[in-house]
Amino acid sequence: MSCEFKISQEFEKKVDETITHYPVSKRSASLPLLHLWQEEFGYVSNQGVEWIAAKLDLQPINVFELVTFYPMFRDKLAGKIQFRVCRTLSCALAGGYELFDHLKKSCQIEGDGHHGPAVSADGKYSIEFVECLASCGTGPVLMINDDFHENVSNDKANELVKKYG
Amino acid sequence: MAIAETRLIFKHIDSPGYTNDIDCYIKNGGYTTLRKAITMKTAEIISEVKASGLRGRGGAGFPTGVKWGFIDPSKNTKPVYLICNADESEPGTFKDRQIIHKDPHQLIEGMIISCFANNVKLAYLYIRGEFPEGAKILERACDEARQKNLLGKNILGTGYDLEIYIHRGAGAYICGEETGLIESLEGKRAYPRIKPPYFPAVLGLYMCPTIVNNVETLCNVIHILQMGGANFAKLGKPNNTGTRVLCVSGDVVKPGYYEFEVGALTLGQLIYDVCGGIKNGKKLKAIIPGGSSAKVLKAGERYKIKQKQADGTMADVEIALEDIPMDFDTMAAVGSMAGSGGVIVMDETRSMPDCLANISEFYAHESCGQCTPCREGSLWMKKITSRIRDGKASVEDVGVLKNVADNIAGRTICAFGEACSWPVQSFVTKFKEEFETVAGNGAKK
Amino acid sequence: MSCACKNPFNHDIATENTPMVNVQIDGEWVQVPKGMNIVAAAERFSKFIPHYCYHPKLSVVGNCRMCLIEMGTPKMDANRQPILAADGKPEIAWMPRPQIGCATQVSEGMGIRTESPLVQECRKGVMEFLLINHPLDCPICDQAGECKLQEYSFEHGQSNSRFIEEKVTKPKNVDIGERIVLDDERCIMCSRCIRFSKEFANDDVLGFTQRGSHTTLAVYPGKRLDNNYSLNTVDICPVGALTSKDFRFKMRVWFLKETKSICTGCATGCNVLVGSRENEVHRLTPRENEEVNSLWMCDQGRLGFHEIHEDNRLTTPLINGIKSDWSSALTQIAQQLHGFKPEQIAIIASARMTNEELFLLSGLRKALGGEAVLCDVIERLGQADGILRSADLNPNSNGAKLLGIANPGKLNEIRSGVSNGSIQALLIFNENANEAGLSIESLKKTALVINVGMRLNGAAHFNLPSSSFAEKRGTMINGKGRLQRLNRAIAAPDQARDDWEIIRDLKAAMGGGNGIHTVEEAFKAMAAVIPAFKDLTMSKVGDLGVELTLSSVQS
Repeated sequence: MSCEFKISQEFEKKVDETITHYPVSKRSASLPLLHLWQEEFGYVSNQGVEWIAAKLDLQPINVFELVTFYPMFRDKLAGKIQFRVCRTLSCALAGGYELFDHLKKSCQIEGDGHHGPAVSADGKYSIEFVECLASCGTGPVLMINDDFHENVSNDKANELVKKYG
Repeated sequence: MAIAETRLIFKHIDSPGYTNDIDCYIKNGGYTTLRKAITMKTAEIISEVKASGLRGRGGAGFPTGVKWGFIDPSKNTKPVYLICNADESEPGTFKDRQIIHKDPHQLIEGMIISCFANNVKLAYLYIRGEFPEGAKILERACDEARQKNLLGKNILGTGYDLEIYIHRGAGAYICGEETGLIESLEGKRAYPRIKPPYFPAVLGLYMCPTIVNNVETLCNVIHILQMGGANFAKLGKPNNTGTRVLCVSGDVVKPGYYEFEVGALTLGQLIYDVCGGIKNGKKLKAIIPGGSSAKVLKAGERYKIKQKQADGTMADVEIALEDIPMDFDTMAAVGSMAGSGGVIVMDETRSMPDCLANISEFYAHESCGQCTPCREGSLWMKKITSRIRDGKASVEDVGVLKNVADNIAGRTICAFGEACSWPVQSFVTKFKEEFETVAGNGAKK
Repeated sequence: MSCACKNPFNHDIATENTPMVNVQIDGEWVQVPKGMNIVAAAERFSKFIPHYCYHPKLSVVGNCRMCLIEMGTPKMDANRQPILAADGKPEIAWMPRPQIGCATQVSEGMGIRTESPLVQECRKGVMEFLLINHPLDCPICDQAGECKLQEYSFEHGQSNSRFIEEKVTKPKNVDIGERIVLDDERCIMCSRCIRFSKEFANDDVLGFTQRGSHTTLAVYPGKRLDNNYSLNTVDICPVGALTSKDFRFKMRVWFLKETKSICTGCATGCNVLVGSRENEVHRLTPRENEEVNSLWMCDQGRLGFHEIHEDNRLTTPLINGIKSDWSSALTQIAQQLHGFKPEQIAIIASARMTNEELFLLSGLRKALGGEAVLCDVIERLGQADGILRSADLNPNSNGAKLLGIANPGKLNEIRSGVSNGSIQALLIFNENANEAGLSIESLKKTALVINVGMRLNGAAHFNLPSSSFAEKRGTMINGKGRLQRLNRAIAAPDQARDDWEIIRDLKAAMGGGNGIHTVEEAFKAMAAVIPAFKDLTMSKVGDLGVELTLSSVQS
């Protein structure tokens, strides 16, 4: 993971603007900056941790503590198409586990996806179980990238895979 | 018999043609309450909220007016902050998402009024990371409000300045705990703070007095001012006023969100009349009535409670599960809680060890790991419940499981300790036989 | 409070003028300073409330939950007045839930139960939780013997384990710093080390990664816990997660004899315990003294003891490089010294010597001719760090000044005297002549060079072996003017002797016995003539030292 990301002026401008939302303490911008970094570069590398720490006058450990605490941040690339399946009770009752297995099989993803995304060999798809996505009445619930899908039967899943694929 | 909803918060949500932009909101009477509120004395607003009897809709049910009353601007030299807790993550709860997506200006207006009432100049809306779309909608809503001078500098020419920023979480349930949320907003791991001394009203965000309110709670403020606190208090029951958005999921015919006056209907009416009963003609087995941390209620249970009679006297009565009115106090009296309003229904085919193992996995994953009993106990409970589910356990394990939960509840920094142990305590106690049977046999899939 | 170091917190110390409140602890009413936390308050009455994360000098986080106690406040009547019981004391309304003692401040009429069945049950529960994922490697753990897990499990634990799951695995043997090794499986996440580094050492380098049961103490990749206070984290780690590379696997702590003494690494004079076994020092650990170092010391000072056991130690008197004995050496030195005029003699002493040694040395100087005999010490200057480390790296500069041995400017005169040959007899005590700017060539020209110390001086005619700081007793005055005691932890090797004895015997050999047979007597003789020590004895100096008035030190 030695690849260096190039920071664009546009990105830095966005970061600087975000920091202004926290006039009392720059440190508060840690999570927003991590989101921005991950949206820009796909994952939070050590370079990202160090860049953000320097930007906010923090120690790298202060930022690293967050990357590993908040499950949405990842330290390696997920698939181009990311499936996040709700694992929690209401969705499980509605077939969340079955949906997870179905997606894994149809997109040929190995790995269990319980602790961070499991990525398909070609890097196209990744899947992970996440906890409650707060739409329990319409389970099973699936997020594909930033989009939200409800009542996802296996058939609906097939259509979605086609649509994104 | 269909029981009519009383839609206050969800009045416009899902109504045909209603969109989430500011023009639609204003066309439907939006921001008129803010225009009225901003001419009122702040103390008046607070006393209306107090008079309304509104209780927090996040889970704990703490009276909102009392919470606000802890902050005395006259004695305060520090700035006061307000945070909207939109980190909706209690399994079984899905109301905030609807408000944010479909009626965001209702939340923004409620926030502006609440900020004005408490002399807040800077507020944050902490939205859970898994709502990227919701965050965008709220950003846009704030921009629209700024353009119409409803937010920002010199709001409506009154000289009142307020900034609201949308702050995204990143997938940690514990951020729903208000002091964990504050730590997270300060850019740290969401470790809940010890109370005392760190009560948000005294030492909150940046060690300043801070109000943390739930989405639904803040929306209610608009309606309280519209109808007056006293009138609002007439909705629902004494000490359980207003309406409640109930979210029903699991094995019912019509899962979804429904808004009723608090206590206006019973659990039985909710399940059978509103939600069309149990799916596929099955029988009811268990209900979690207030989000997954609430203690489970078992079909056929009867509860001895004290009930206020028509003449005002209290009497001992015995009620069945189906007769429990959906209000804060009765839910507590039957040994569970109204919590966040998330009702999860399980039918007779469901394995209780299976359900509990799912819940315990959630809490083991979400424990922040700060304090010993929860950090160690939540994972331990997950491991035992998984073994019981898989039939790789013994009767003794069931006893150990319950005892582990007993050793967590009441001994942790925050209420997560209870949240993770109440399901275990209640499932294991109420379905003891099933757990003991399954322990050595494996649960049916 | 004149503590040399600024603690982030002092939870165990009440500021002056703190009012006292009446508190009931385990049924007994006592008075404690208002606002003190319950752990610290109970300790004043020998009630020990077990705890891991709480540390009196660091911020309170309340995460270990070991200090759960039962707590109550006075029952109030309608007029907000406490309801009194038959004994005239307030009736207490006990809270149903246990509270953590570390974060609960005492207030008037509070009730505290530290041993109730509920409290015992809480402790048992927490102990079990802490142990389920903890490795059972006590036999090879350095913390064994001073491990709070071991200690409390003995008192509050249960013998059989109910935990039959797989333990969480975490990194072991992690090299996180020059002097520190981390075993994450042993860590109980108390965060003391994180808080210490950030709050005391101003080095925010440690943190937790992951979460829940997988929470892991770590440094950021590429960063190191290398600050000069890093080894204090080993002291405050309640378990064996952080260990000292210098000490690990060397010795079981229960074999160590601990001797109260002071660090001689700089003028701060941190109070220490010297841990030794069979005449070998194995470690120094800080000893509490709120007037000096509180509970801490720097790594440099802590590891300074190794010079004691280095191979090149001088252990027998040498005459012209040949092994001899004390009486021959001293007799010959005395004889030879008689042959020089005072102006031809000079003394280079050390501000690392004790007051007693310096005092006797001033007596020797008098016998050799008094003021005419040039005498000075070697300054050692470093960088003060704003924490504990003093810019003066000599531990007893104040003593050397007070006793007339340090005479600023004279060292230069000695140097030129030695190089131009006007000085013909040179006595060097515990200093390296090279460091003093005296070349071997110039020493070789000098008729008589006497070296007293731990190391050989090749140019000296006489080399006399002396004791290290851990091998002798005496007193020193630190940079703030505090008189403190050094104690003997181990015996000096072979024939090495304390400087005070050497100086006394040399003076006796020159014909001036002084009847001093012990360090105490040396101190007494000194106190009789030095006003700063008036009315003091070594025993009065005690373990924590006494503050001398600075003016008397400087006079």
